[in-house]
Amino acid sequence: MRIPALLRTPQGLAASVGLVLVVLATIFGPIVFGDLATERSIADRQQGVSVGHPFGTDDLGRDLFARVIVATRVSVLLTLGATGISVVGGVLLGVIAVLLPSVLKRLVAGLIDILLSFPWLLLALFFSVIWGTTAVGAMLAVGFAGIPVFARLTSTLAASVAGSDYVRAAGMLGSGNLRTTFRHVVPNILPPLLVNTAAHASVTLLSFAALSFLGLGVQAPEYDWGRLLNEGSKRIYVDPMAAIGPGIAIVLVGVVFALLGEVFSESSARRLPPKAVRRRRSTDYVAPVTDATPTLEMSDLRVAFPGRDGKMVERVHGVSLSISPGETVGIVGESGSGKSVTASAVAGLLGPEALVTSERLMFREIDMSAVPNGAERRRLGLEQAMIFQDPLTSLNPALTVGRQLREASEVHAKMSRADSLRRAVDKLNLVRIPDAERRLNQLPHEFSGGMRQRAMIAMGLMGTPRLIIADEPTTALDVTVQRQVMQALREAQNATGAAILFISHDIALVSGFCDRIIVMRDGVVVEEIAAARLDEAQHPYTRGLIACVPDMATDRTAALPVIAAADEESITV
Amino acid sequence: MTIPSTVVTAAAAATPTEPSPVRRGDRLLAIVGSPRLAFLLKRLARALVALALVLVASFFMVQFVPGDPVRAALGPTAPAATVDALRHTLGLDLPLGEQFTRYFGGLLHGDLGVSVSTQRPVGTTLAERLPATLMLSVVAFVVAALGAFPIGVATAVSARGGRRRSLDLGVSSLLGIIIAIPNFLLAVVLIWLFSIVVPLAPSAGWGSPQHAVLPVLALAIGPLAYLARIVHVEMVRVLDAPYITTARSKRLPAHLIYLRHALPNIVTATLTAGGVVLTGLVAGTVLIETVFVIPGIGSTIVSSITTKDYPLIQGVVLMYAVLVLAANLVIDLLLAALDPRSTIAEA
Amino acid sequence: MSELRFEQVTVRFGSGRNVNTAVDAVDLTVRPGTTHGLVGESGSGKSTVARVAVGLTKLSAGRILLDGVDITSREPAARAARRRVQMVFQDPLSALDPRMSVGASIAEGLLATGRRHTSAQSAGRVRELLDLVHIDPLRADDRPTAFSGGQRQRITIARALAAEPEVLIADEITSALDVSVQGVVLNLLRELQQRLELTMLFISHNLAVVRYVSDEVTVMRAGRVVEHGSTDAVLTDPTDPYTRELLRAVPVMGRPLDLEDA
Repeated sequence: MRIPALLRTPQGLAASVGLVLVVLATIFGPIVFGDLATERSIADRQQGVSVGHPFGTDDLGRDLFARVIVATRVSVLLTLGATGISVVGGVLLGVIAVLLPSVLKRLVAGLIDILLSFPWLLLALFFSVIWGTTAVGAMLAVGFAGIPVFARLTSTLAASVAGSDYVRAAGMLGSGNLRTTFRHVVPNILPPLLVNTAAHASVTLLSFAALSFLGLGVQAPEYDWGRLLNEGSKRIYVDPMAAIGPGIAIVLVGVVFALLGEVFSESSARRLPPKAVRRRRSTDYVAPVTDATPTLEMSDLRVAFPGRDGKMVERVHGVSLSISPGETVGIVGESGSGKSVTASAVAGLLGPEALVTSERLMFREIDMSAVPNGAERRRLGLEQAMIFQDPLTSLNPALTVGRQLREASEVHAKMSRADSLRRAVDKLNLVRIPDAERRLNQLPHEFSGGMRQRAMIAMGLMGTPRLIIADEPTTALDVTVQRQVMQALREAQNATGAAILFISHDIALVSGFCDRIIVMRDGVVVEEIAAARLDEAQHPYTRGLIACVPDMATDRTAALPVIAAADEESITV
Repeated sequence: MTIPSTVVTAAAAATPTEPSPVRRGDRLLAIVGSPRLAFLLKRLARALVALALVLVASFFMVQFVPGDPVRAALGPTAPAATVDALRHTLGLDLPLGEQFTRYFGGLLHGDLGVSVSTQRPVGTTLAERLPATLMLSVVAFVVAALGAFPIGVATAVSARGGRRRSLDLGVSSLLGIIIAIPNFLLAVVLIWLFSIVVPLAPSAGWGSPQHAVLPVLALAIGPLAYLARIVHVEMVRVLDAPYITTARSKRLPAHLIYLRHALPNIVTATLTAGGVVLTGLVAGTVLIETVFVIPGIGSTIVSSITTKDYPLIQGVVLMYAVLVLAANLVIDLLLAALDPRSTIAEA
Repeated sequence: MSELRFEQVTVRFGSGRNVNTAVDAVDLTVRPGTTHGLVGESGSGKSTVARVAVGLTKLSAGRILLDGVDITSREPAARAARRRVQMVFQDPLSALDPRMSVGASIAEGLLATGRRHTSAQSAGRVRELLDLVHIDPLRADDRPTAFSGGQRQRITIARALAAEPEVLIADEITSALDVSVQGVVLNLLRELQQRLELTMLFISHNLAVVRYVSDEVTVMRAGRVVEHGSTDAVLTDPTDPYTRELLRAVPVMGRPLDLEDA
């Protein structure tokens, strides 16, 4: 946790200032304001707001502002006490639940679940019957009511840490359960626990005020904010500040605790990036195109993203690329090479935070660096097809495959439901997905990974694709499934004459599938070469890439060549 | 507003890389066939177990009071004869086993005992007062749900566009502050503003629609802000998902992307949050009824605790527990109907 | 140099109607001082075989022998023998405790040797091991996030070596790495095997990598062994149709993909 940096955010600043004020009021409140708070002055009783009495006076003439400040100590200490009970009790229960044998564990977990389904107030009321309607009783009641929350949190955290690889590794290396718990589990669950403790303190404060407000918490002659609020609400006709004053205190301190929690969670406010403005076409004009129009013309593409401190960092430095109709072009690169960003820029799919500039970026006479107008959107929807890497998340899990396939045709080509349905069946057959009619009514999770990718290809075929952009479509698939998907891709190309832009880190795959290969590294193109002439590659990085990847003919007796400085970069934190 | 402090808890325990050993649920699934049905049956069973637990807890509540509960109820100066008489009426002089049978036997006949302070049967009192509480909770929930969705979706869409930064920040801060205000404080402020400063609605009582305005508002505003924030967070998360990029790649119009693609994916989380809100609302009636002097079961519980009227306390606690369990079951039903995948994951 | 032998190893999950046989009567022998490659696609059961060898998953039937000692039994001799088999995982980021320095993580491996180490001895051994995997020993106090993926993978190898294993099981250790980094790790494995005379079981879905690293190969599919033998025999001229299909699907640099139907 970098505290100084966190404190500079608006939340951090507010939280620290607030915390200081609360601590001061808790310690010094009764000392400084104590006399004022108890000084009765029957002559001044039940007055409204005035200069001498910012919150008015109560029915014994005591200054209410002073009483609110003095009440800080009681309110805060009781809150901390109750939070402490909840956290300690909850963590113990949660840890016990994790360490128990499985039958008992499920029983305890079930019990915690049931307790959690009841709102805290009811639990607190239940406990207050037992512990009694006093300040300490209320603290115990609220404290106990918060135990299930922390028990559940602790056991969830502990379970997720216990399931991680490093804990398994520790077990294999001979670390006993106790040692693993203290050396691995505890340090990793402390930070989120801390965050939740702060948030919980905020809720506890409110709960306490509620109990006292109901008369079930702090009793006279002691008083906390809840009690003051109760007394004040009866006099709201005469002196509204009698109620609002304590109310402000409750809300402010509650917010301070909540802010503390946010600050601890290191989710400091995202620095908003400068707005990337894109030109917007006003007309509905779209240029006429023929079959001979170049599919893609891109020169000097630069893409920048907001960095950690908000300043724009360029990730793609001047990439130029052109694709002719029907061509198959591959982009090869490792992680961080900028290949996916380039593909997204070609498709115009980068988010609003990206800054895309280029000398020329035309997809069949449509300027991809500007926001497309209606007619252009229609053409793009029909002529560009995309396939993404992760088949699990690229299809909408809540919609049927049929609905997702039919959409583009219905929206852009204005097809009727019956026509688009027929077309969808047709395309699923093309990519060799059997039993197409039934499959169209299924949800994506009922398809296997390879089938999902082929369904995405089919989805692209619903229009009249001129360019298929495939971004690592087979990386997550088995090699035999990869072959099926590549088959489907090739057949899609044969059926439509579309060009393909194929992105991958696998140079063997790209060299076997594409006509032309573009090698990227760190945001620049280092080489562009025909696949058939790959062995004539000039650039040392390309030659290094080719040499360092073992294939079925690599010499098994020699060490693999290593690209210089491949592994020595450190990642700065 | 009773916000659970750990709404944003750590991600669920890591999914195992190997199939987990069979649990009872899987066997149930094998018998019943449909995962939805299995899910519902499991939830029903859990609710029944919870109810049994509540029954036992409410019985033992009196037993756990340190010292002499009867003496605590009547005060230190009450004569011994009165104390003994009350002890006998409550059956606290009987052995524990007999007390238990008496209690449960009574429950099975619908006899919840007689209130010590009013001498009327607890069951009658509860039946008279339940409608007010029910109406208050349901109306407040509807208001909160209906208000939260448009606000949450609108703020999410606006935040992603990044064009109206200060407005986004302002709205988000406002929501945050509203969530931090407890409902009883809000009630007091509303009374001041709309009963005293500008006399628009009555500040207490029950019986006509005007009487319901301020109580419903006080009860619903906090949950509305909370739900709106959940909807916002979920929408932002969903809008960043790869399948939305796919939808954008198809150049679908914006309304289709938000309504057809994004919205169905926030159902589970918002419904679950809605469940939390609903049960919180039920509990919130305790405070609101007290402030607005509404004759519901919420105001009853406070007075019965103060007077230590044990039969009444037990009855009200039971009543609230049943309400909460029923609310949870309704949410489970909705979840099963709207999001089959969550039931499969559970079953 | 030790031999690791799997005899009729079977692993079943679930019961009643929902039984899933992840590993079905697998026989596999890793000869002393050699690298045995285990190759298969997802669902083949190859990772489960690894996990059973180190005790992360329970056997349903069969046994696993390290130099003749059954390491799956509950006897004390078995437990000691189990410590001699160590595994390196696929994801180096999750395999290292993010809150511990890498030196402390590696030192944890010393527990398995059964010997006590003073802090000076342990620090010295950590430096030796870091050196062995070609990482600057002065960086022992850094956290895992200060290292690249390939470096982290080498650190997990160092941790496994701290336990002084006889057998090292590498489960998809290069799958999460860039190709340029993969070579560094593979070269390191070769070097370590020769220096330390390790017996290795190398698991991967990548045929080319398995071929490069292994002396013998076993091919698995749906929990069963479909083919095994010396690397040249299996991967140049396989007899099993599934192995043929696998080979056909692997892209070869400079050659067009074979996309014709058989």
